Amino acid sequence: MSKMKGAQILVECLRREGVEIAFGIPGGANLPTFDALYQSPIKVVLTVHEQGAAHMADGFARASGKVGVCLATSGPGATNLVTGLATAFMDSIPLVAITGQVRTSVIGNDAFQEADTIGITRPVTKHSYLVKDVRDVARVVREAFYIARTGRPGPVLIDLPVDTTVAETDFVYPETIAIRGYHPQEAAPTVELEPIRRAAEAIARSKRPVIYAGAGVIHAGAAAELAELAHKTRIPVTTSLLGLGAFPETDPLSLGMLGMHGFEYTNYAVAQCDLLIGIGARFDDRVTGKPDEFARNAKKVHVDVDPSSINKTVVVDYPIVGDVKQVLRELNALVGPLDTREWLATLKGMREQYPLVYKEKAKVLPQYVVQQISEATKGNAVIATGVGQHQMWAAQFYQFNTPRSIITSGGLGTMGFGLPAAIGAAFGRPGETVWDIDGDGSFQMTAQELATAAQHKLPIKIAIMNNQHHGMVRQWQDLFYQGRHAQSRLNPVDFVKLAEANHCVGIRVERKDGVRPAIERAMRTTDRPTVIECMVEEAENCWPMIAPGKPHDQMLGTYEHLKQDGGIPQRRRLSEDDEAKLSLG
Amino acid sequence: MSEKHTISCLVENHFGVLARVSGLISARGFNIDSLTVSTTEDPTISRMTIVVDADALKLEQVKHQLDRLIDVIDVQELKEGAFLDRELLLARVAANGQTRAALEQLAAQFGAKLADANEDAVVIEAAGDTKALDRLVEQLRPHGITKLVRTGRVALER
Repeated sequence: MSKMKGAQILVECLRREGVEIAFGIPGGANLPTFDALYQSPIKVVLTVHEQGAAHMADGFARASGKVGVCLATSGPGATNLVTGLATAFMDSIPLVAITGQVRTSVIGNDAFQEADTIGITRPVTKHSYLVKDVRDVARVVREAFYIARTGRPGPVLIDLPVDTTVAETDFVYPETIAIRGYHPQEAAPTVELEPIRRAAEAIARSKRPVIYAGAGVIHAGAAAELAELAHKTRIPVTTSLLGLGAFPETDPLSLGMLGMHGFEYTNYAVAQCDLLIGIGARFDDRVTGKPDEFARNAKKVHVDVDPSSINKTVVVDYPIVGDVKQVLRELNALVGPLDTREWLATLKGMREQYPLVYKEKAKVLPQYVVQQISEATKGNAVIATGVGQHQMWAAQFYQFNTPRSIITSGGLGTMGFGLPAAIGAAFGRPGETVWDIDGDGSFQMTAQELATAAQHKLPIKIAIMNNQHHGMVRQWQDLFYQGRHAQSRLNPVDFVKLAEANHCVGIRVERKDGVRPAIERAMRTTDRPTVIECMVEEAENCWPMIAPGKPHDQMLGTYEHLKQDGGIPQRRRLSEDDEAKLSLG
Repeated sequence: MSEKHTISCLVENHFGVLARVSGLISARGFNIDSLTVSTTEDPTISRMTIVVDADALKLEQVKHQLDRLIDVIDVQELKEGAFLDRELLLARVAANGQTRAALEQLAAQFGAKLADANEDAVVIEAAGDTKALDRLVEQLRPHGITKLVRTGRVALER
């Protein structure tokens, strides 16, 4: 048996995990790893900043369903990953982060570029390893990938001291994995049937049921099972932000997104339902508003792969712990058609009564830009976003029909996520159209990664809603801080020049009639990124809104309210034909 | 209603596991009274005994969150009456010629002993369950406790 260096073993194990691409930056402590990767078929994308590497690996994972891999050196390289790891951890995204570390003999001595990476990342990773012995490298890599992608997925960090990567040992690939403290649900041969039976009985008894689906459906690859449940029982489906795409919004049973900036009628539906069936969703505070008032008239079912998600924020009546796909298969075998005609007719009435609404203003409206992107791409693009108003408008006005079509930081709310995540998504879904719908504040946090996108000639399209503000902050200051705009106004930046300086196409749009041509030009550009800087209305607010701590039937910016102010009801749908097909019930 | 609960965890005997557990407890805002770690009959496994102050829902969260840690092998709540628990106490108490005999007597009542003594103080060593040690402390207090240390609870199912 031939001896191999730790770094070579690492690369061989990555290859066996099916890794074809990794994102990162070399430095002193991970030079052996980069040197071994350089001699391997694995493509390594050099990023400008390590945060970009983590978000790219994340975007790649969300778009492709594979494990994303990012690489950083010790000390500042590793600390720069932290925001990306926390983002992935909150949204249960499978990543493996491989960091360099100073040599084992000086760990703890405040050596050059030393940081306690394991300590710093402990609360934002699913697990982590410091590998001090080269003989552990193969096992650790195998375990890291297994832990990252199974159960409730999440980021796993491998900290590799430089001496571990240059030390040699016999390479023995561990064929089996045995972690005695880790037993993910999908490894269980069967799910427990009794809780599923009880939930099925509750479903059979319900008159006004609503399914509330989250990203767990997408992680489990259970969109087909969810559709079967909805169609078989005639139960309408709302999704969380991260659950968008788990159920097609073209489906007559789709209620779209619920929560803080969810649709008005959807939130009323949740407030009125008598059974709420949470599937792969974690009752986040942006969904529930005031937890004890959330769906207060409803019994609640909660299906989740992670037992700690159950009864964490909202106490439920029918908890089911298990792999969502397995649970839904069992549940589908037990349920039959319900007579929900009356309920669906009520919902249809509310949908017509409370549409999304906005009022034309002098400048371009960001909602209109999103509508145009949705139309131009026929709802078939992969949409990454930053965080803020534009993110909510993207969720409201883009029509998401397939799993893995929205790439957004839901839990951590990481501004700057959009561009690097779009880059990762473009690598994960080659040949598909990838947009980053972003805000000027969010975009600037990681704008340097334009260089990475241009370097790889990625034809991603970036629509920056430039309102020269941290718009959501400005909105809250207007609503809750008497309009004092503390540090929410941004310095003007010429994003066209910024794009051109990074070898991207830059287009500025200042009028409504310029929006569609700019989108068409971006769609025709296939050899480089396109940045569309949309000079949008600065004072536009994102409506409707559940103010923090308020129940779902006390929303701000409702249709009734905005209509009086001259608001015009908006279609989210593609055309009249689609609209006609969509009548509920 | 918030109550004391004893949780017994088996964990990997690795570097860093205590930090994972204590970090989790502080990050999630759980209130703990004590946490002890020790080796077990299996040298690759340690046992952590955690006394947590929580209501029923919070207790469920503590157990599930601990169980999420990869290095935690098993989490058991030890139910009242179904386990033995002990802790060790050392207390330095002011003593003089007149009070020393009374302290010796008190110690004897609790099955404790005088581990050390000098002119103006004695060190009392006691092992017992938490409630018994609490009572001992109350009785020692009038004598003047100058230093007190307790190990925290270790527990084993009956």
